[in-house]
Formats: sequence, structure tokens, C-alpha cells
Amino acid sequence: MIPAAFDYVRPESLAEACEALADAGEDAKVLAGGQSLLPLLRLRLSFPSTLVDVGRLTELHDIRDGGDHVFIGAGATHYDVVRSPLVNAACPLVALAAATVADPAVRHRGTFGGALAHADPAGDLPAVAVALDCVFTARSANGEREIPAAEFFVDYLEPALAPDEILTGIRVPKLGPGWGYHYEKFHRTAQSWAIVGVAAAVRRSNGVVEEARIGLTNMGPTPLRARGVEDALRGAGIHPAAPDDGGADPIRDACGEAAAGSSPPSDLHAQPDYRRHLARALTHRAVRAAARA
Amino acid sequence: MTEVGSARRRKEDARLITGRTQWTDNIQLPGMLYVAYLRSPMAHARIVRVDTGPARREPGVVAAFSGRDFAQEQGSLPCAWPVSEDVVIPDHPPMAVHEVRYVGEAVACVVATDRYKAADALAAIEIEYEELPAVLDMAEALTDTAPKVHEAGNRAFTWRFGNGDIDAAFRDAPVVVDRTYVQQRLIPSAMEPRAVVAATDGDAFTLYSATQIPHILRVMLALTTGIPEHRLRVIAPDVGGGFGSKLQVTAEEVLALLLARRLGRPVKWTESRSEGNMTVHHGRDQLQRISVAAERDGRLRGIKVDLLADMGAYLMLVTPGIPLLGAFMYNGIYKMDAYDFGCTGVFTTKMPTDAYRGAGRPEATYALERVMDELAAEVGLDPLELRRRNWIRHEEFPYTTIANLTYDSGNYEAATERATTLFGYDKLRAEQADRRERRDPVQLGIGVSTYTEMCGLAPSRVLGSLSYGAGGWEHASVRMLPTGKVEVVTGSSPHGQGHVTAWSQIVADALGVPFEDVSVMHGDTAVSPRGMDTYGSRSLAVGGVAVLQACDKVKEKARQVAAHLLEASPEDLEFAEGSFRVRGTGAGRSIQEIALAVFAAHDLPDGFEPALDADATFDPENFSYPHGTHLCAIEVDTETGQSRIRSYVAVDDVGKVVNPLIVEGQVHGGLAQGIAQALFEEAVYDADGNLLTTTMADYLMPTAADLPDFVTDRTETPATSNPLGVKGVGEAGTIASTPAVVNAIVDALRPHGVHDVRMPCTPERIWRTLAGVRGGAA
Ligand SMILES: Cc1cc2nc3c(=O)[nH]c(=O)nc-3n(C[C@H](O)[C@H](O)[C@H](O)COP(=O)(O)OP(=O)(O)OC[C@H]3O[C@@H](n4cnc5c(N)ncnc54)[C@H](O)[C@@H]3O)c2cc1C
Repeated sequence: MIPAAFDYVRPESLAEACEALADAGEDAKVLAGGQSLLPLLRLRLSFPSTLVDVGRLTELHDIRDGGDHVFIGAGATHYDVVRSPLVNAACPLVALAAATVADPAVRHRGTFGGALAHADPAGDLPAVAVALDCVFTARSANGEREIPAAEFFVDYLEPALAPDEILTGIRVPKLGPGWGYHYEKFHRTAQSWAIVGVAAAVRRSNGVVEEARIGLTNMGPTPLRARGVEDALRGAGIHPAAPDDGGADPIRDACGEAAAGSSPPSDLHAQPDYRRHLARALTHRAVRAAARA
Repeated sequence: MTEVGSARRRKEDARLITGRTQWTDNIQLPGMLYVAYLRSPMAHARIVRVDTGPARREPGVVAAFSGRDFAQEQGSLPCAWPVSEDVVIPDHPPMAVHEVRYVGEAVACVVATDRYKAADALAAIEIEYEELPAVLDMAEALTDTAPKVHEAGNRAFTWRFGNGDIDAAFRDAPVVVDRTYVQQRLIPSAMEPRAVVAATDGDAFTLYSATQIPHILRVMLALTTGIPEHRLRVIAPDVGGGFGSKLQVTAEEVLALLLARRLGRPVKWTESRSEGNMTVHHGRDQLQRISVAAERDGRLRGIKVDLLADMGAYLMLVTPGIPLLGAFMYNGIYKMDAYDFGCTGVFTTKMPTDAYRGAGRPEATYALERVMDELAAEVGLDPLELRRRNWIRHEEFPYTTIANLTYDSGNYEAATERATTLFGYDKLRAEQADRRERRDPVQLGIGVSTYTEMCGLAPSRVLGSLSYGAGGWEHASVRMLPTGKVEVVTGSSPHGQGHVTAWSQIVADALGVPFEDVSVMHGDTAVSPRGMDTYGSRSLAVGGVAVLQACDKVKEKARQVAAHLLEASPEDLEFAEGSFRVRGTGAGRSIQEIALAVFAAHDLPDGFEPALDADATFDPENFSYPHGTHLCAIEVDTETGQSRIRSYVAVDDVGKVVNPLIVEGQVHGGLAQGIAQALFEEAVYDADGNLLTTTMADYLMPTAADLPDFVTDRTETPATSNPLGVKGVGEAGTIASTPAVVNAIVDALRPHGVHDVRMPCTPERIWRTLAGVRGGAA
């Protein structure tokens, strides 16, 4: 398909980009890797008046150690994130999830910030951001502000960014020692989006779960935090009892509430009841995998 | 004698993979204009009013037309296969004039100076529809009260075929298995989208199209548009795949010619992927009822088949013939006493269906191989043992089947033996038993498919008896140039298969010239005047044979000249490694020397025309019948419904192999496509007749990452029906693999009480099927 006509600017600095975005008005859009925006344009589902291309802003590409957090620049590509030693060491859940995004071609072009700013609940990174309580930094001509992950995802494809704001980066808190991680993605082909995904971080000691953080992909118009499961997991024994002893499995039981409060979509790939079932089954798997780590 | 059989790298590839090629969309002509189509957003509606005036005032727009503007000259898109006496072939205007009958049907177009302006201006066209009821379900469409797609009703045709006493076969049969299978609708997804360019200098026309069938297209376009055949040249440049979807005469091809004629300027149209998903003809879409009657020991008595075949809204080039290509295949490789086949073609308000890789034969093979597994379960036999008890034994060839085809050769025992060894059949069965025993949430299933197919389409007399509009021969010319190089012209127009390489190998052996010295031309009616093109796994088995026969004629001519020059009698010459030698003396002349001597023409036999070239047209006596045994092991996660192919073994017998690399490529691609039908792909329309799978995010095509490492091998039982001994391989993988995969899934779940999973076997469908048989809420 062929997009409708639009203006295009490619600023050389962040300050310039903020100006350009402010000047271009309400209907302007930021263009990063284009992996989500261009399909929308080509299908004529989006008609921006101007595209402000932030692809040249090297200042957005940084991935750096912030002490108690890792700062990932919005312009870092999925590929940058996946192979960053810092990310893999300090917040591996991010790398695990980013590695499941699409295919190598998309991962080389698509950006970490773009994937989050797109606010697609089927995207793999939003659930991770919510689970880890990341903090988003956004810049406009009027200055910079911080947005906690819990407030960033407003609705389907709607981030808490004003039209003149540019997402500059994400602070990913370091959880510290003792945590295990897993991202469980359920999809039909390697290249396709998650039907349901579960991001899990689990801290265990002495055979029980001490703390868990769980984010759900594609279980509603925004990524969800499965707080009920997190609470229920606290203190749960990791190993199920032998069948002779009644076979109690506290982790499985705790994950039984994974779909509570969700409103999963209905589409060609799955109906809501199936998604709820998957949320339970996959949360169980994700927690087990994370707890083993 | 070494080229045929060697794994030559393809001559085509360097050009193709480095982008130094010419697709239709790359063609730029001076003054070229670009066409964009406005397409119906409704499945069924009367066109009340169209005003293209506002579009004409948009920037860059040169012209805009609706169907009405071409009503007098656009004719009707052709159907070349009026299958029965009762067939209804509705008028099919390239641009709708009064009524639209599927979402995506062209209603108007804009012609502009670039494709962006053309696309933008579509929005300015004013059009009013009066909505009519959509007709989507085939069974409903056949009821008396159903809304009509066409005035003549929704029944396109009925067709019956049978042999033997079917009633006797079913009467008192100890075992009867009766099943209904759904062949979902598929969208052929060629890598290169459809594209067409038309140009005219006043009364002569050139049409470039991404087509499989330049020759057939030329004839059909001449008949449809009234442009005299000798003033119309059709060129298929490099074509990036078709799978049947480019075996068509499309609205956009007809309209390109009409627009070029009306405007006096060249025009181009290239579809987008989502436009293509809506408007490239679809494949499959049948409802298959199949019943088998058998003895307690599993021996087949007879098979009854009743099909509903969704034609979509119109009959396109070979739409109604597709299900009938399967009519002769529902008996497969098995012996039985009676067979009965019936098919009703049904109109619905959807994109027309037509040929898609395998065309009728995958559908037949699927239903048969699925029901064989059901019968095996019913009589308590291993599915392979059931097949053994029923198949034609190798010493019984040639064998005339219950469908009245004569299978010339085959060896099902050998292929099956090889496949089970490579697969580790017994070991996997043991693992399966163990998992069942342990109630492992991940169950293992083993699927079998012992297929055959008819290809090498086709003996012209057979096509005639089936009311098809043309023959099935193929043409080739071979000419030796003065320097001893060889030019081959083939009528079989390739679109990715590798004809140039394979034909070079055949010629190299036949004439004793180096592989590199052969050049193959095709796909341009001015260069290759006669041809029947590429589909139905016919190119090698028909076109390749024509090349060989032309070489033989060239060789015979060369022999005359050699005899003359060597002062020997032609019978005393032997031909080896490119030279004629007088038996016993060793004196000889190379074929290159002879080529030069013919060119010089100084000293030729009396009456010898100074040309070392020949034409040949081969019309096969019989189809060819590749066969094979495919085995698939699948793990099915009963908790989530996810399935994963663990191993896949394909042992195919495609007769003599000209190039193993090309055969391997065809098998791999074919497997991918057949597995795609089993697990991934389906064109979905909603209750209003809107296509929901318009993008690749919704129409899930698997990639290499979703497929296992295929284990492939071959047995080689030469065809006896052609001098190359070849059978064709283009469709085998697609035909065989779909039932192997679904059989494996059902096999995994059979202990849970599952007897079928509708295709594509998505995780959700598997999960719901399991929930259904467990009786629990889904
Ligand atoms: C074939 C395919 C498969 C895919 N599969 C997956 C998948 O499995 N999982 C997954 O998570 N994603 C998937 N994606 C999406 C991919 O992750 C994209 O890279 C990502 O969603 C968008 O990143 P981008 O840099 O390309 O952003 P763009 O496409 O350039 O922009 C996306 C949106 O974010 C806005 N935006 C971008 N950057 C900024 C910024 N710095 N500040 C403010 N707004 C900004 C844009 O205005 C636009 O609205 C897939 C994409 C494709 C093409």
C-alpha cells in the first residue's frame, strides 16, 4: 500500500527535534525505526501531517549504568539491547523479552523506545516495563519529565506522551541478587506477535518464592501487572508435593488467578477464554522457569 | 552423459539474488502512467452511482474510469473449462458495472503520473452502493431461500464420475467410515506480487505481466479484448513465484490493455500485498464428505466422495476444473472395487478460487489419507499396515485404477521401507506408547501419508474429454549456432523453477555440448511463439521431453552432415561426447564443427537446408505419477494446544532426477506450503463477507524458523510414459505433507477421544477440541 502524503523532517539534535515537533503541531508524529509506524501509514490507518525522524539522534542510543538502574536510550535498537552486556547482567529480563521480538531484520531497525511508545499491548516489552517498574523519561521544548511505567500505558496504542513529547529513554531498576527471570511468549509463528506473553522475575530462597513480579502481554488494552499472583506466590514452596502426599502445587495454585482482572482481546488468533487459559498456564511456566534460574 | 542427474547450481540464481534482474514492476517506459483501483468494500451490492469526475480534478490525475466507461469493450473474463453441460458461467466484467459480488472487486480506477497520486485520488471518487445480502456458506447457498449471487442461482455445476458397483461395495460392508473434512480457503502468496505493464504504438500491443502463462494469456486476451492475436505480444519477464495464482487472466491485465489503448500511453499496475490478499484468486475451499467401505481386515471395498466446492463469485480461467482434477485421485495408491465421486460447484460472494499448488490433488489426497488413518483406528491396524494391505504392489504395474487412470510405474514398498528406516518408526512408536502410559502433557503423534498424484498435465485428448479449452502439449526449439553454442526456446514459461538450468543439462547430454554453452529463452511470445506454459508439475515431464526430442532431431540432422563429411553412411556413425565417429576407424567430427559447416554451407548433402535446428512438440500419452511416503512426528502440548513438528521424513519417487538440487528445493518449498495449510494458513471472511486476513500479520505464513529440518530422500522408479523417465516434482511436497501433519496431530490426541481437528490446526483449535471431548468448558 501507499501512504498518504506527509512532511518529513530529520533534526540533528534532540533540542531541534523538540522544536520541530512543537512547530509541526498536533498531527505530527515521531518516527524512530518505523517498524510499527510505517505499516500503519501504508495501510492508511494513520495520517500524520509531519514525521519527525529521530533516527539520527545518536544521543538517544546510549545504554548506560545509572548505579541502581540501567538507562536505555529510546533509540537503542532491539539488537543493541539484546547484545548489551550491561543489560544482560543487570536486567536480563529486558534482553530475554527483546530477543523474542519479531525477526532479526525488525530487531535491527526497531527501537526500544519505539516499541514502548507505540504502547501496543501485544508488544513484548511493555509487560516487562510494567513488571520491573521502569521509569520513562520524556522531553519536550518545555523540559523533561518522568513517567512511571504504571502510568505510561494509558490505553490501546496510547502512551502517556503529549504530542510534542519525545521519549528519551527508560530507567530499568536493577533488582539485585537472588532474582531469576523468564519471558514466556506464546505465538503461532516465530515472526508473529504474542497471543499471550508472561514476563516473570522471581526471587527465591530456601525453596520458597520470596518475591515475584509478573507482567502480562496482550491480556487487555494495556500491559498488565498480575499483582494477585505476585501476592499469592509470596512464600509458596517451589517443589510440588509428591502425588502420594496429595500433590499440592502452591505455584500452580497461585498462578490460577493470572487472568483475574484482565480483559483479553478477541481476534483471529485467539478468543478471550483461551487467552485467559493461556495466561494461567504460561504464568505457571514462566514462574517455574524464573524460579529455577 | 553426466549432466542429467548432477546437482548443478542454477544458472538463474546469480542474477536473481544480486538484484540484476527485471521484474515487471522494474519496467519503465517513456510517458508511463500508473493505475490504482477503487475496490468494493462490500461483499454484495448494486452500484447505484459512480462519479469519477472529482478524481479527475486531483493533482497528477490523467484519467479516471468506472466500469460503465468500459462496458462496451471490456468483455468478460474468460473461463476456459466449462466442465459440464449444466455449468453456469456468469458474465464477469473486469470492472464491475452494475453489481459487485466480493470485497475487493474493482469498480473504478484512476490513472495518474505516479502511483502515489493515483492512490491518493481514489478517495475522491464518489460511489453509492445499495447493499445486497452476502452469500458465504456453501450449504446455505444451495437452499431454495438463499439470496442469489447470480440470477441463475448459486449452483455453478454438478459433476459425477464413478466406476464399479458402489452400492454393492457399501451394502453389508463390515466397516464403513464416514467423515467430513474442511479444506479451508488459502491465499497463494507468491514472493513477487502481481504486476502488469501495457504499451501500444497504435495498433500493436505489448503486455508485460508477472504471469505463469504468457502463451495462454495472449490467446485469451486476444479473444477477450478483440486485439488481433498477431498484434499482441506478451512478455513474462523474471517472475517471482506463482503457485497457480499467476495461472490466470486477470481483470488488471485486460484493463491495462484497454487503458493503454484508450490513453495511448503505457500504463503500469502493481498490487500491494493487502490488495493481493483480497484479489489474487484463492485456493482450496471445499467441503469434503468421504465414506469408505472396507472388510474387517482393512481391505477396501469402495470409496464415495461428495464435494461442495466454493467457486467464489465468478468462474475464472480454470475455477470449476480444480476440484475435478482431484476426482481421479481419491483412490490414491489403493485397490478397490468401486468408486463414486460427485461435486457441486457453488457460488458465494467471495474472491473466486482457482489453481493453487496441487490444484484438486492435495484436497483429494488429504481426505483419502486422513480417512485411511481413521479406518486404521477403526479396524485396529497400524496405519502403515493398513496401507500395505491395500496398495498396488510394485509387480502389478502398469495398473489401471478404479478411477480409470493407468499408473505406469511405482514402488510404494521401497519408498515406505526407506522412509520408515530414516524416520525410526518403531522407536518413535515406542516413545509414543511411553508418553501415553505416563500421561505426559506433551503427547507424541505420528502421521503417515502415502500419496501419489497425477502430473505432467496433460494428454491433450484427456483434457478434451474433460471439456478443457486447450491441449496439454509443450513445444521446444533447439538451434545450434555457427560457433557451436546452443539456443533453446521453450514454451514452458518458468517463474522460479529453474528451467534454464535443467534444460541446459538435458541439452548438454543430448548434444554432447558443455552445460555453459546452452542458453535458454522463454516467456516472450515474440521469442517463443508456441507454448502451454508452467503449472501442474508439467514442465519437465512435458516441456523437458520436447527439448530432448528437438535435440534428437538436431542430432539426426547433424548425423547426415557428419556422414557426408566423413564419407560414411549415417548408420555407421556413433555419437558420443559430442562427436560423430565412424565405427572402427576413429575418424570423426564434433557437433560444433558440424554446426560451422552447416553455417558455411559449402559442402552439405544434397537438399540439406543449411540450418542445424529443430522444433518438437510433445503431447504426452499419459500423465506421470510421482509417489512417496511421508512421515511426520509431532509433539502436541495438551495444556496449551501448541504443536511442534519434531521430525519430518519425505521419501519421494519423482522418477528420473535431472537436477537433485532443484528437486530438493521443490520438495522443501512444497513441504512448507503443505505444512502451512495443516498448521498456519487460512483466509477468513467475516459474517458480512469482509476478508479479515488482509495482511501477513493475520494470514500466517510460516518461515524457515517455524519448520523442522526436513529429512528427504528418494527412490527412483523411472516413468515409462516419457523418454526421460521423469515424473514431475513441483507439487509433490504440498500434496503429501498436509495429511501427514494432521494425521500426526490426530494420532497424538486419539487416546483423548479426538478423531479430527479442523485445519489449520491452530493451538486454540486443538485446545478447544480437547476441551470439547473432555466435556469440560472450554
Ligand atoms: C514483522 C514485524 C513483527 C513484529 N513483531 C513484534 C513482536 O513480536 N513483538 C514486539 O514487541 N514487537 C514486534 N514488532 C514491532 C517492533 O517491535 C517495532 O520495532 C516497535 O514496535 C516500534 O519501534 P520503532 O522504533 O520501529 O518505532 P516506530 O515504528 O518508528 O514508531 C512507533 C510509534 O512510536 C512512536 N515513537 C517512536 N519513537 C518515539 C520516541 N522516541 N518518542 C515518542 N514517540 C516515539 C511513533 O511516533 C509511533 O507512534 C514487529 C514489527 C514488525 C514489522
